[in-house]
Amino acid sequence: MFVPGNNPAMMQDAFIYGPDSIMLDLEDSVTMAEKDAARLLVYNALKTIDYGNTEMVVRVNPLNTPYGKKDVEAVVKAGVHVIRMPKTETADEIRELEAEIEKVETELGCVGRTQIMAAIESTLGVINAYAIATASKRMMGIALGAEDYCANLKAQRTPDGMELLMARQTIVVAARAAGIDALDTVYSNLNDMETFRKEVELIKTLGFDGKSIINPRQIEVVNEVFAPTEKAIEKAMGIIAAIKEAEKRGSGVISYKGKMVDRPVVLRAQRTIELAIASGILTKEELS
Amino acid sequence: MSNIKDRAQLISEVAKRMNKNVYDDARTIKTISHKSELPKEVSKVVTLEEAIRGTGLKDGMTISFHHHFRGGDKVVNMVVAKLAEMGFKNLHLAASSLQDVHAPLIEHIKNGVITEISTSGMRGELATEVSHGLMDKPVVFRSHGGRGSAIATGDLHIDVAFLGASSCDPAGNSCGYSRSENAKSICGSLGYALPDAQYADKVVILTDDLVAYPNTPNSISERNVDYVVVVDSVGDSSKIASGAIRDTKNPRDILLAKQAAKVIINSGYFKDGFSIQTGSGGASLAAVKYIRESMIQQGIKASFALGGITAHMVKLHEEGLIERLIDVQSFDKVAAESIKTDPMHKEVTANEYASADEPGSATHFLDIVILSALEVDTNFNVNVLVGSDGIIRGAIGGHPDTAADSALSIIVCPLLRGRIPCVVDNVTTLITPGSTVDVVVTEYGIAVNPRRPELAERLKAAGLNIVDIHALKDRAKSIIGEAAELPFGDKVVGVVMNRDGSVMDVIKNIVD
Repeated sequence: MFVPGNNPAMMQDAFIYGPDSIMLDLEDSVTMAEKDAARLLVYNALKTIDYGNTEMVVRVNPLNTPYGKKDVEAVVKAGVHVIRMPKTETADEIRELEAEIEKVETELGCVGRTQIMAAIESTLGVINAYAIATASKRMMGIALGAEDYCANLKAQRTPDGMELLMARQTIVVAARAAGIDALDTVYSNLNDMETFRKEVELIKTLGFDGKSIINPRQIEVVNEVFAPTEKAIEKAMGIIAAIKEAEKRGSGVISYKGKMVDRPVVLRAQRTIELAIASGILTKEELS
Repeated sequence: MSNIKDRAQLISEVAKRMNKNVYDDARTIKTISHKSELPKEVSKVVTLEEAIRGTGLKDGMTISFHHHFRGGDKVVNMVVAKLAEMGFKNLHLAASSLQDVHAPLIEHIKNGVITEISTSGMRGELATEVSHGLMDKPVVFRSHGGRGSAIATGDLHIDVAFLGASSCDPAGNSCGYSRSENAKSICGSLGYALPDAQYADKVVILTDDLVAYPNTPNSISERNVDYVVVVDSVGDSSKIASGAIRDTKNPRDILLAKQAAKVIINSGYFKDGFSIQTGSGGASLAAVKYIRESMIQQGIKASFALGGITAHMVKLHEEGLIERLIDVQSFDKVAAESIKTDPMHKEVTANEYASADEPGSATHFLDIVILSALEVDTNFNVNVLVGSDGIIRGAIGGHPDTAADSALSIIVCPLLRGRIPCVVDNVTTLITPGSTVDVVVTEYGIAVNPRRPELAERLKAAGLNIVDIHALKDRAKSIIGEAAELPFGDKVVGVVMNRDGSVMDVIKNIVD
């Protein structure tokens, strides 16, 4: 969930709505005049507010602006989980960010702590998606930024998102090939929940791991769409139990309801369980 | 066979024994004018000044008002201005509640026209001035049920009630809605005005819609009315009631509403025939929406909804999910329209609603109530009257009445309002005792009163995030820090009465 890095009230209670990840923004939602104040605010929020198990991301300003490097230094020091690099076009940009992160982490003695997510917001970025996704061990995901991408593409945004199809598929394929997450762009019309739901259904079909959102009201829809069915959860729980059973017996062969279970089935079962937990249907306690 | 002349002697003797006069036909007057002319001949309609003189009002007496016109009320300011003009002093103003719009009372207090106030609440400039010590005598705050009781028992004696009505006929039959085309100021139920109409020595109705006799069915009967005053407007209708269902889009309200609905559904009280009251706040209204979904899914119907009735409740009633509506105050135009046309939508007096003295009052039959709060403390005490800055900014309403009488009282409030924590060590002012509060729902978790362990178990079993109320208080402190102590002076500016007539707390003046 995107939260402006200059809004203390929103930053303070963003996590109560249960997003999987909160992205405090220092880039587009903060005006030039407020860049320094927002950085200080985000630093202190990360240091003082108990966000529980929520993954904390900060979108920094590009490194070629006067603010980018200062942003990186502040948020790494504050212990952020993930830095989101906006408008990424090449793998070199990721390597440059990695070097900046490493500099600060070395100082702190915590090298390797901070992960990177890259936002792809241009045609060049889409072409380079796989290179970006594999530019660093720290890469945990790539995300589409549709507004800038469409402007660059010289195309109009449409409700069914046809203009984004190739970018979306390229990003999912690149992320899968790199073994990291693929995240979809925001949907900004809060009064049209129906179109929002259709878009979430579409990106789930395309294979995305999740969707960026701008308001807590959108969380429920994303969770509902991504939630696996009760039947699927039941089956997945059975398969997971069968794996444990096989481990106990010291056997490499897993069987569920008399059928042998092969690797893709196991992976899908694990993903079903992950989604069930992320959607709030299952708790980790219930699983164990 | 005798005729009446033969029996004259006997009639006279019987009358004498009964201490009565003998009927005199010559003194009988039969009016033969068309009855449409009649109201002019026997009308109670007079000017405001004539009404005031007619009531025999004197300095030092108690005058009363209702607050059904809410922020749009024009009656209080109009009447008090006239009383000031006529030279009255030392009056006790006993309103069912006061609002921002009543700021002109400040001048009348300074000029000695009003020297005493009783009310359920107060807001805006008047409240700020009172909090700083404007009045010599402390304002007496009562709950709605408490006020009804105090009026009925004579604890609060009203000499003259000035009651605004949305329609009234020349004999005084009046109500909070109108069947005429001239309807201007519609408020629905007149529940808080009814004790005044019933018990005040003299009653003056002010209306902006004088309708033909008979204005039936009605809320206030002509039997209780002495004078009728026609004015241009009793209220600004845009500020009396909103027109339609308001659905909150505030994500925090939605979150709180969902949690409150889950508490209700898993409380053990959510079963066929249950009864419920909710407030008019965003979270309360949204909670109704989620409860409705579960009622439909589980095939559960409510026997009645109570209190301030909203469009949401009317909708559930019309869908057959709530059998009856018991309405002491209609919160919006939909509710005001419904009470006019639907016999299952019943208007009740403040006493019938929430009096502690009357075992038959509706709150005694209430299963579940959702309430809000300015502050809750770690003993579950609630404050809805005085802000964390020491300034009066709210109303007791039916809060302590419904909390005490219901089987399950749920307080819904955010842990933090900006920089103000709502779960604290000690409430600024005690309004609803913690012994009557069962559950506190915040966005950071749900606290259950330790007096209700069985309830905590049920909610835990349903997977709700049950936390210790001290943990909530600590959480608020960890974010906001320790608040500085409020600079109270030594003057008592307000007294909070419990609904049983005992003194529960006092409000001291705040010093800047």
